Amino acid sequence: MQIGLSTSPLANSRWYEYVIRFVLGGAVTVFTGMISSEFGASIGGLFLALPAIFCASATLIERHEIRRKRDAGGEGARRGRGAAALDATGAALGSVAMVAFAIVLLVTTSWGAAAAFACASLAWVVIAVAMWVLRWIVKRGIRRARARR
Amino acid sequence: MSEYLIRFLLGGLFVSLFSIIGDIVRPKSFAGLFGAAPSVALATLGIAWAEHGASYVGVQATAMIWGAIALACYSIVVCQLLMRAQLGALAATLVAMPVWLLVAFEFHAVAG
Repeated sequence: MQIGLSTSPLANSRWYEYVIRFVLGGAVTVFTGMISSEFGASIGGLFLALPAIFCASATLIERHEIRRKRDAGGEGARRGRGAAALDATGAALGSVAMVAFAIVLLVTTSWGAAAAFACASLAWVVIAVAMWVLRWIVKRGIRRARARR
Repeated sequence: MSEYLIRFLLGGLFVSLFSIIGDIVRPKSFAGLFGAAPSVALATLGIAWAEHGASYVGVQATAMIWGAIALACYSIVVCQLLMRAQLGALAATLVAMPVWLLVAFEFHAVAG
């Protein structure tokens, strides 16, 4: 298990991909606000976890991988799907952390905005990383059990 | 109008920030965590707190729990569509959207 940083994907990204993410993020936030104004806070709250941004990010990841594979002389469709699927797996784990974010925010609202957001954000980071590590341990266990057979 | 502009800028900023973090961290499954980061929630709930207060944010956070559970179900379905049905990323993420709507609204209806 090695978590690392690599800035090369930033250099490989096109400028318009950042614009797409910014505009989409802004649009979803405005949309969520409009839903809350129109249908109330409860319905609006559901849309705080709308996967609209995930659609764009998974598509961009797939395109990056296809482009990279084509540059190396391959087809890339399968590799692109695999990369997007891995991203979706991570998003599923992140969603569990998002549940923790919402619960901690709910519990700490009486502490004031800054403390509540800080605690909720910390909960998201801790649970997200813990979920990912847990998945890694389980996968390693399965792999070792198969190898023993 | 200015309120929506602030929402747009803040939402765009948070989403871009988490996207960049997701781009630079490795491995890919770890980077995927940032695809479900509470970026829209941070921007929206921050503004909601300033405008309506803590109790309003509490109502939104409760509903967000159901939305996030729906997002987990949606992500699993997307993963299956990509690997088993061999759909492309855009098709898989759009085809699975009714799953999110169904689970989110069903939980909301049952649990409130």
